[in-house]
Amino acid sequence: MALARARILAGPCRLNSAWLRGGQAPWRGVGTRVAMTECSCCPLLSVRPQRGLVDEKFRIVLRNLLPKQEVTLRSLHHSEDKDFWEAFGHYISDENGVINVVEDASVGGTYVGRKPMGLLWSMKPIPGSRSGLRLRKKDVFKPLVVTVSVYGGHVSKGFSEIKALATVVTERWYTAPGVQRVDIDEHEVKGTLFLPPGPGPFPGVLDLWGGGGGLVEYRAALLASHGYASLALEYLSPDRLDVKPSYFEKAYQVLQSHHLVAPDRMALLGLCLGACVTLTLVAHSKPQCCVSINGSHVLPVDQSIDQAFLHFNKNVDKMVTDKNNHIIGRNHILPISSDPAQKVAVGSIKCPVLLVVGEDDQSWATLESAEDMTEMMSKAGNDHLLTVLSYPGAGHLIEPPYTPHFRFSNFTFQGSNQKVVLLWGGHTEPHAHAQEDSWEKILLFLQQHLHKSQDFLHQAKL
Amino acid sequence: MSGRQPCPVLSVHPTRALVDEGFAVMVEMLPPGFAVTLRALIHSEDNDFWEAYGHYVSDDTGCVKAAEHSSLGGSYDGVEPMGLLWSMKPVPGSRTGLRLRKKDVRTPLNVQILLYKGHMSDGFQDGNVLASVAVERWYLAPGVRRICTAENGLNGTLFLPPGPGPFPAVLDLWGGGGGLVEYRSALLASHGYASLSLEYMNPRIIGGTTQFVGNDYFEAAFNMLKDHPLVCAERIAVMGLSFGASVALGLTVNSPVVEPRCLVCVSASHIGPVKGSLSDVFAEISKNSNNTRYDEENRVIWRDLLLPIPDDPSKKTDVGRLKCPLLLIVGEDDQNWPASESAEDIKQMMERAGNSHLLTVLSYPDTGHLIEPPYSPHTRSSNFMSQQRAKGEIFFFYSFTKCSLHCYKNNLCSVHFVLFRMMKISPSVVLGLIFCNENTSLHRDIFS
Repeated sequence: MALARARILAGPCRLNSAWLRGGQAPWRGVGTRVAMTECSCCPLLSVRPQRGLVDEKFRIVLRNLLPKQEVTLRSLHHSEDKDFWEAFGHYISDENGVINVVEDASVGGTYVGRKPMGLLWSMKPIPGSRSGLRLRKKDVFKPLVVTVSVYGGHVSKGFSEIKALATVVTERWYTAPGVQRVDIDEHEVKGTLFLPPGPGPFPGVLDLWGGGGGLVEYRAALLASHGYASLALEYLSPDRLDVKPSYFEKAYQVLQSHHLVAPDRMALLGLCLGACVTLTLVAHSKPQCCVSINGSHVLPVDQSIDQAFLHFNKNVDKMVTDKNNHIIGRNHILPISSDPAQKVAVGSIKCPVLLVVGEDDQSWATLESAEDMTEMMSKAGNDHLLTVLSYPGAGHLIEPPYTPHFRFSNFTFQGSNQKVVLLWGGHTEPHAHAQEDSWEKILLFLQQHLHKSQDFLHQAKL
Repeated sequence: MSGRQPCPVLSVHPTRALVDEGFAVMVEMLPPGFAVTLRALIHSEDNDFWEAYGHYVSDDTGCVKAAEHSSLGGSYDGVEPMGLLWSMKPVPGSRTGLRLRKKDVRTPLNVQILLYKGHMSDGFQDGNVLASVAVERWYLAPGVRRICTAENGLNGTLFLPPGPGPFPAVLDLWGGGGGLVEYRSALLASHGYASLSLEYMNPRIIGGTTQFVGNDYFEAAFNMLKDHPLVCAERIAVMGLSFGASVALGLTVNSPVVEPRCLVCVSASHIGPVKGSLSDVFAEISKNSNNTRYDEENRVIWRDLLLPIPDDPSKKTDVGRLKCPLLLIVGEDDQNWPASESAEDIKQMMERAGNSHLLTVLSYPDTGHLIEPPYSPHTRSSNFMSQQRAKGEIFFFYSFTKCSLHCYKNNLCSVHFVLFRMMKISPSVVLGLIFCNENTSLHRDIFS
């Protein structure tokens, strides 16, 4: 059935006539109720999609401006912690009074150049905010609400005192419609399982965060929005510091034995300390693949996590700090030991491994660790399983894309209650690129190894 | 590890969208040449189930892409990216005469997209579902404000876009079915228009007697918009469908108060007593009630009630006096209202009067009466309770809703052009607006 084509009838005023192509509308001059003091309507600002997942791109277009008009596009978010985050770009409309953020360059602001998502990833706390902030979503079933506004001229401050020309409200979601949340508290394993919509069974991902501890759900929620039954595991909290390797093995089994999880389509994904746990666990649990983000294979393997942490906590005062008194953790494991007892035996890993490395990671010596792992696996003959994504200028906290970058933030060591400021590293633009690029490749990696029907053990590389 | 069951990836982008936005449905990780059925399912507010489905075969890479691949059968065939929505029908065994209309616009239409193994046409409850995705279709964008208005005795809902304004505005009039129908206004506000849905068909007690509203009611509504601090007073359109379109035409020509910047009339007729209230109009139509016809399934066909087009100028709105642009949307197979004949007569009247340069008519073959925002299921006939009948009858509207996409976007283009026009922006630029996706046949239609 072909789309019924309109027959355009009546008069010279046809929709496909010359006035469409830039000519004068035949009704111009008629309807002289249009007085000299006609009100000017607001510019037309559109953001599509207005409701998107946090990792989806949006397209921002501004119309109905004057030609060559200078405007500022600004994003504003009021966080769950009651802080305000903003980003802004300075633009100049074209001869038709149009700005298309996908195609046009910002000439100033928190980002410059052609940066379609700059209004999100370049966000910073507004002037006067508390220091050391980090933007993290707690309630994943409510969206991040971002208002995008247009202001006349190139403005860099005082936005709350001037009137916007137009505003659009957008929602950024960690959960797709139909994703369900299941509290897990069995066999002493605590966490949150996010299930995609559908009959299942689904590939499963054990999602491990870092030394900050607590229960961090948003990445697992986002993975579930991409079709993975994903368990965000809580393993470090004030009342749980005594974490043995067996805890993670149990968590893996809880996930694998869930009736909606395909037991032969499993992955481990971890960041920071979670990445270290991932590398430790992979030999035991035998997932189909694993992802390690800014982790290291350097961890005393015969000690439990809590022992390692106690050791770490004892040495907090010996940590190097920069001139701002921000703690630099990266030297703690340098130089990389050549003693195998100090490192995970990566040479015996039997599944594909994706390493994501921020080369400006100031918290953990991830670049050096990645180099050492590559050498170990090369010697062992299993380096065909290894893919390393290494990002110059990116810091430690490589998270799902378009979330703001913070070079440092407030941090409390679990069990010590000591509040410090940790230097994570990275610079905004390359870090944003690393988040966008690595997430896309992580999803591709997971899809390749968890969805294919054939055995891909010997075809690991992306 | 070898020989695992297929674990295909079903994706819909975006999963949350406005009802007039397209989506891309894709399946990956299938074996090549694998037969599947894609199905959409809605559980309506009225507790009915609506479905659509298409039969596909995966390509060499194990993919099915509804935007590029042909459906080989089902409720739609061919390359139809949005076929899973517009071809929906009530599931077998449903009540008859149904129409899918969203009442609560604050919540989305929830659509399930399901993937089945093989080519299925029934028995879906027992079918082998390989995957499913939940999709939300919204009439309301984030930030749109919904305001119930009881000002000046008006029964309506005002939808305001987010932002400081002022906004161009639309007075939105539905048809003879009556009630307060909000969804089109909500959608217009989601596109930047302050939009007032106005209920007007319920008889009221006025001065101790039950009667229909008079012209002053509509004038008060128009003034409400005009005086609103967030509305551009000189940029107000009136949009009407069916009887609402006839009301819109009559008011614009005859009322000294209702002076819209432009007029959009969907499935309209200009026939009716010129100097009359709604009561007079109904009385006039009732005089021809023996022209009511019934089709082979006893469904009511009302189009002849207004025919033949009268020559007497007192029996039709004098469109020769229109001073603003008029966009007429016509379904050539409209069985409810003589929209085609009316459009032809309107054209002739305006040509004689010398104002036909204001008129654009979009005329759609095989299209019926209920031309609504795009992608909603079409209703060949549905139950209808008129204000003057004690029992419901089934009225035959016949609508081929695939056309709604084309004409709806054209509606908005035209309204948008006039209302946002300032400083001589090029109409072609305006038409390149969000409403016209360059990748659709719509764009090719307009610029062919």
